[in-house]
Amino acid sequence: MSNTQNKDVKKKGVKRRKFLKYSGVGIGLMLGGVWIARNPLRRKVFELAETMIAPYMGDTSDPLLWMQITPENEIILHSSKVEMGQGTFTSLAQLAAEELEVEMDRIKVVHAETGSGNMDGMSTGGSMSVAGLWTPLREMAATLREMLKSKAAEKLEVASNTLTLADGVFSANGKTMTFGAVVEGVTEWNIPDVPPLKERASFKYIGKPIQRVDLHDKLIGAPIFGMDAEYPDMLHASVVRSRLIDASMTNFDISEAEKMPSVVKIVQENGFIGVVAKTHVEADNARRKITFDYIPNRKWNLEDVEKEVSVGKGKKTIFQKEGSAVEDINGEGDIFQMEFRSPIGAHAQLEPNGAVASYKDGRVEIKVSTQVPKLTRDEVAKALGLSKDDVNVIPTFLGGGFGRRLHTPNAIQAAIMSRAVGKPVKSFFDRKQEFQNDTFRPPTHHVMKAKIHDGKILGLEHQFASGDTLFNSALDPGVATVVRADIGSIRGGALIYDALPHRSTYYHVNLPFATSFWRSLGLLANAFAIESFIDELAIKTGQDPVALRLNSILNENPYNVRAKKVLEACAKKAGYKDGVDNGRAMGIALTIDGGSPCAHVAEVSVEGKEIKVHKVTVAFDCGFAVNPDQVRAQVEGCVCMGISAALFEKMDLKDNKLYPINYGSYKMALMRNSPREIDVVLIEGNDKPGPVGEPPLGPIGAAIGNAVRRLTGKRLTQLPMSLV
Amino acid sequence: MKVSFTINGKLKSVEVSDGNSPLLWAIRDGLDLKGTKFGCGKAACGACTIHVDGKAVRSCSFPTKYAEGKEITTIEGLSVDGRLHPVQQAWKEEVVPQCGYCQPGFMMATAAMLKEIPNPTDDDIDNNIINVCRCATYYRMRKAIHKAAALNSQNS
Repeated sequence: MSNTQNKDVKKKGVKRRKFLKYSGVGIGLMLGGVWIARNPLRRKVFELAETMIAPYMGDTSDPLLWMQITPENEIILHSSKVEMGQGTFTSLAQLAAEELEVEMDRIKVVHAETGSGNMDGMSTGGSMSVAGLWTPLREMAATLREMLKSKAAEKLEVASNTLTLADGVFSANGKTMTFGAVVEGVTEWNIPDVPPLKERASFKYIGKPIQRVDLHDKLIGAPIFGMDAEYPDMLHASVVRSRLIDASMTNFDISEAEKMPSVVKIVQENGFIGVVAKTHVEADNARRKITFDYIPNRKWNLEDVEKEVSVGKGKKTIFQKEGSAVEDINGEGDIFQMEFRSPIGAHAQLEPNGAVASYKDGRVEIKVSTQVPKLTRDEVAKALGLSKDDVNVIPTFLGGGFGRRLHTPNAIQAAIMSRAVGKPVKSFFDRKQEFQNDTFRPPTHHVMKAKIHDGKILGLEHQFASGDTLFNSALDPGVATVVRADIGSIRGGALIYDALPHRSTYYHVNLPFATSFWRSLGLLANAFAIESFIDELAIKTGQDPVALRLNSILNENPYNVRAKKVLEACAKKAGYKDGVDNGRAMGIALTIDGGSPCAHVAEVSVEGKEIKVHKVTVAFDCGFAVNPDQVRAQVEGCVCMGISAALFEKMDLKDNKLYPINYGSYKMALMRNSPREIDVVLIEGNDKPGPVGEPPLGPIGAAIGNAVRRLTGKRLTQLPMSLV
Repeated sequence: MKVSFTINGKLKSVEVSDGNSPLLWAIRDGLDLKGTKFGCGKAACGACTIHVDGKAVRSCSFPTKYAEGKEITTIEGLSVDGRLHPVQQAWKEEVVPQCGYCQPGFMMATAAMLKEIPNPTDDDIDNNIINVCRCATYYRMRKAIHKAAALNSQNS
């Protein structure tokens, strides 16, 4: 689209909307560069995912919906993507500053309220925010710049092509005018076609390690999170939540709770009971006085769940079929098989779920940490019988997201309680409720098979069973039904070793508790199984694990070519050696997630029964890094969070009760378990930005396990890995 | 009951119906200092770490009544006259926070540790900084803690 200002000017009033629109299939089809599925319809969906990485699902037609200019010449960027630590606010500010020609500190990023009309159609998730807005946001900023320029020319009575622009100030013939002065009094804008975007060589901010725009607030403890939100005259609430899975609650007795002095009201509506009181502590104390009975549908222990999660049980979908099943490969050879398992994982994000709602005169305003502002608005409107325009969701900074807030129906409860008491209400989970009512990472079971003859691998197969990720979630737009496989659970489950005949099969399992999105979805468990097995094949066939991988990947698919480069770079930077040296061994693993290949080398020792990760070398190709420092931060975080999941985390289940119910007993990696060295090599295999916040979680589990195999001779096949 | 203490240099009182209720809520809701975070309620995660008479304390499990007459510092009082505390400065230079929710607790725990151990080794850090960060920013935190120690010794 070239600058055709004179030819095709569109006149718009103050109510400016839509002049160009990006659309796409949406929802994190993070399948990367894997060509899969034979069924034509399914293949089509996968190919769409392939060619349309990370489309943005909201409105990008109107720059003024996104960017507001204040009289003080500050640009307020109303972001429909939420900030949960991933650094999106900073990257988006960089994109906008670049085309607006303003210094970074002129841009203030805030969360767009749903009432503003700027809403993402789907969510903040799937590591798609920056990649999805890469072109649209720059185009909007460039368009806004041109709009300001023509208005400035008009006001200054100069020809627009004589104007120069520096840091939000236009000048010509000794006259100057700030953006802020340009917009003053303007009620009608000419929105031109999108001007050409800046060339990369002239980028001032994009591609630079700009400091996080939210850094200062996060150093001084500013009240920016959902749990910090307040309204005047606000009350506090505590909602009764089940401690058991697959059980109904009955025979409620609220009489003791009602007698508590500070209780304002006990709200029983919409299938929940919530105590509204004057303070948080009093609401919680009163809620604990409510008694009730459980009626379990059936008894569940962990082994019952594991029995359900078994390859061979549940609905089967072959999602990768490049050759016959391993058993059907003709000719001589032995079938080698291993099984892997991953546990129920908790999100354990530090800020609990909750919301602050203020209902007044048929309208409700909600401040909430959510990854889905629009969905939350729609659900609240439906539950309260309001029109969507009468619900305004004001997203706050998230004290961690990780997928836990891709559904926040707790906002409904806060809104209902506020309506019931006629005052604003703040309602949050306590930690026990968080652990027992999480939407967990689903447990998985994997069967890996290969046919081997004479040191040669003749075929490869990955079969796995998993609970739901996208299926049954509020975000499933029906794609999952078309594909017939839960595209969240199969993430990372396709084999990238396309030089070998290969097949992947998924078994869908129904579980008696909620499972859903957990950072990187299926990737963590699938990559653990696949990359551990590949390593074992290398050992079994006497091959170098790097060479085996390189030789088993063809050069036909661009993602695979990038993956090979990443693997080689990682091995080289780490000085990868296959063997034990001075009590330490290295393990290597490779994944492609969302088109961003990543390799890890973990340097590990075993002290007693403890697995210690000393150093992790990462090579990562997320394409063009808009903010290389924050890409590194995401990689470091993924490594340490991945170590936590790989070595410590698991939920247990006994008599329908999920536990542990707090930090400490839910073991996680802390400072002492985190590697003292993390060496990150960024490789740019694409000139556009790709997914960042999840792909580096892929290789870590197998990388550690592969090192432990060399140290102990033991192949660890169960997450969390343990030698005890 | 009324409980009075000095917080961030100012004498304040809070009214609580139960003296055993956690100091965290008196600070957050009673005094509207929201930098001290709720994470677990059982002193297991450290998000609510404050200083009571200079020592790191997990305020979610500290009865309000014991704050009577004490000297309390929260993240809001760590910087003095708008100048970042060396720990905050180091956190800034290393760009530690991601979601940021747990970071006040970590900074308070680090500031208290550095008073006892001005130049901590990596093992000291492992043994003393035992808060939970779900974004897992531990790698940069360790660097920031060493940097804060260096900044402190430059200043003294």
